[in-house]
Amino acid sequence: MLELLRQPWPWYVAGPLIGLTVPALLLIGNKALGISSSLRHVCAACVPAGIPFLTYNWRAELWNLFFVLGIGIGGFIGYQLMGHADTIAISPETVRDLKAQMHLTDFSGLLPKELFALENLSNWKGWVFLVLGGFLVGFGTRYAGGCTSGHAISGLSNLQWVSLVAVIGFFVGGLLMTWVFYPMMF
Amino acid sequence: MKNLKYLVLGVLFGIILTKSEVVSWWRIQEMFRFQSFHMYGIIGSAIVVGLISIQLIKRNRLKTINGEEISIADKKYNHGTWIGGTIFGLGWALTGACPGPMFAQLGSGVAGAAVLILAALAGTWTYSALREKLPH
Repeated sequence: MLELLRQPWPWYVAGPLIGLTVPALLLIGNKALGISSSLRHVCAACVPAGIPFLTYNWRAELWNLFFVLGIGIGGFIGYQLMGHADTIAISPETVRDLKAQMHLTDFSGLLPKELFALENLSNWKGWVFLVLGGFLVGFGTRYAGGCTSGHAISGLSNLQWVSLVAVIGFFVGGLLMTWVFYPMMF
Repeated sequence: MKNLKYLVLGVLFGIILTKSEVVSWWRIQEMFRFQSFHMYGIIGSAIVVGLISIQLIKRNRLKTINGEEISIADKKYNHGTWIGGTIFGLGWALTGACPGPMFAQLGSGVAGAAVLILAALAGTWTYSALREKLPH
């Protein structure tokens, strides 16, 4: 049993557990699953700067920040305490393509060190992948009114057609980056 | 401490995201290259379970553990839904992380995740400041 918990969890275990988070949040406090809102609450708490969209009672949304803090702690437990493989077993086709197209050689860790190590901030890669990438996530999720959790999981679970539009947008953007912009960058 | 239960649920959520490798850039690339079923299986089965759960809650008019009514607000459409969605998608493929995984990555010890989160906060702040000038 312990050994099973240590291994990477298959999709048919993780997916349903993520799905159960939706009713769990509703049943413990009538809260809708959504994580990108936490970014807005932090902005409202720290740098509201008189901006109307950041002027609201963020303290009423503290639960969301506790949830996000928990995710961070969960990351520590799940990776450092429960153990992990040094290299994630992705498909051989992806390894082949990433080697050929993006010239990656080190496949260890959760994300490629050749793109995301802090030292990369001294060249374009760090600025594009860490800074621009993070910026687009923060800007886009708020503009769209939600992210993968709020729209894809929570919204589609509640049959919201708006969320379907958003999720199609997520994939259009992701496919554009992967298939059009990556080949231009490398 | 009424928020403690959300912290506990967040910890469980973070463990699930981490153990299923949803927090990995490699897995997101595999997804956008259609080379593995893993991410599609996770998102798809999460939606199915969420959908059945919400139907059960609605049909049985379940209340929260404190006896409150459960109501889920409808999402409202504006043009930001697809414009912002596409912008997020570009960032999702770059970082290999949506907002939840960024926090899990930081907890797992990825230093770059701190930069990702700060940049995401800057993005959210910039959207908030420009909101009135952007098409919606």
